[in-house]
Amino acid sequence: MGEVLAFWFFAALTIGCALLALLHRNVVNSAFALLGTLLGLAGFYVLLAADFLAMTQVLIYAGGILVLILFGLMLTPPVTNERRFGRILVAVAVVGLGAVAFWEKARGAVWHAAAREELAAPAGTVREIGLEFLRRDSWLLPFELASVVLLAGLVGAVYIARRRFPREDV
Amino acid sequence: MSALLPFAAAGNGLTDWLAGLFPAGVPFWILGLLGAVIAFALIMVFVSVLAMFSTWLERKVAGHIQVRYGPMRVGGWHGWAQAIADGVKLLIKEDIVLADADRALFKIAPCLVLGAALAAFVALPFGPNAIVADLDLGVFFILAVSSVTTLGVIMAGWGSNNKWSLYGAMREAAQVASYEIPLGLSLMMPVMYYGSLSLHRAGEMQADWFGLHWYVFSDSFWLAIPSFILFFTAALAETKRSPFDLPESESELVAGFHTEYSGIRFSFFFMEEYAAMYLMSAVGTAFWFGAWNFPGLELLAGSALYAPLAVTVFVVKSMILVFVMMWVRWTVPRIRIDQVMTMGYKYLTPLCLILVFLASVWEWAKAALTGA
Repeated sequence: MGEVLAFWFFAALTIGCALLALLHRNVVNSAFALLGTLLGLAGFYVLLAADFLAMTQVLIYAGGILVLILFGLMLTPPVTNERRFGRILVAVAVVGLGAVAFWEKARGAVWHAAAREELAAPAGTVREIGLEFLRRDSWLLPFELASVVLLAGLVGAVYIARRRFPREDV
Repeated sequence: MSALLPFAAAGNGLTDWLAGLFPAGVPFWILGLLGAVIAFALIMVFVSVLAMFSTWLERKVAGHIQVRYGPMRVGGWHGWAQAIADGVKLLIKEDIVLADADRALFKIAPCLVLGAALAAFVALPFGPNAIVADLDLGVFFILAVSSVTTLGVIMAGWGSNNKWSLYGAMREAAQVASYEIPLGLSLMMPVMYYGSLSLHRAGEMQADWFGLHWYVFSDSFWLAIPSFILFFTAALAETKRSPFDLPESESELVAGFHTEYSGIRFSFFFMEEYAAMYLMSAVGTAFWFGAWNFPGLELLAGSALYAPLAVTVFVVKSMILVFVMMWVRWTVPRIRIDQVMTMGYKYLTPLCLILVFLASVWEWAKAALTGA
């Protein structure tokens, strides 16, 4: 009962805020509406007993990526003569395609709550994630290393692409 | 029970206490909701009183550091009622919402900022049994939830439709996003020492040695002291305290992101600042300075005095760190925004990474030698 209520609450929050983000005229307000979507997703992770993932979602997306998005939007000149109808059309097309793809997968899924017992980890998931890093046959560490390589690539790209001014301040 | 179990597993949180009061048939989610209401009321009262006391303390500290008295008149003894008078004034002030402001964002922002700060109090252990929910994630939860504050500040800055507010918000975003890295990394040293993210577990592990087995006195003290200094510096930047108070620097930006706020909405930002200061100080106390442990306190274990005294010890220790934050504010001049960024990225982060490496080698060697 509690989970069902929580599920519908988070579902309403996620979808409602996503719609708001999609349909709002002001693009900065759209970005703020995204906060509700991200927090709703974090709520879903909690319901799936993935506590570490939920908090990472809040820390990285709500506290980091969204701030970055807002930073980018505030520094960009606003688009005034946009075609709202076209945007909605694109959105409907994307959602439609997504729904078709999801339906293909969803038909085969078992929509039954019997699997929930093994989801309810009694004391959190941080420990398992940490141990997974140290396991010899695990791909988690190589995966994380790949993200470090990507980060190095990004820093390098910024360094090469930046504009150089003669320094006067030192 | 339910899938919410990892969020209230250890058996000393508020919900577990409530579960003991009701018959076994009451579903978990009702207890959870009830616990949430009680927890919100408790935290709100605590933060309100804390904010009132802290504003008075801040003005007294400022006064004495500048060789004057600070508030002396209201209430008689050293102006103790000054904060209450200020609070009443803020409550009855006109609530102004600008005509050109983005009304929705302008109104949501203070609630989001204060709400995020209050939510983080859920994982704070005030005493061995005084914690709302003993989360397995503990300090990570606090970091994650309080990072939402940044978004509220940006919302306030943007919604105010004022260039000073927006400047403040941009500075805040840049500063807080940068200092989250050293803040998180500096917490890795105690986390590795305790082998847990839970602040409550940290408190339990510091109870030996007649209540003095604190992290700063342990065999890892040479890691504890520098990591605390790094943590405290990053915490000052996270809470927008001087010398990192660029987002609201009065002499440059009027009042930064809360320039346009008045009345109760302004006081929400004010309460958030003191709540965040206390929060960071409490994390520092729990991880480095023995949480609620104090020499001799264990002798009282079992008596009715033990729980209130433990909470008092924890709050007093945290308030000492809050006092240090005030002391720093009235001693160190504000630094420039580029110096803030340089300090975060070029000094604090590399130093934290070095410490993380040293700590992992040290804790691993300790475990290997003792065969743990």
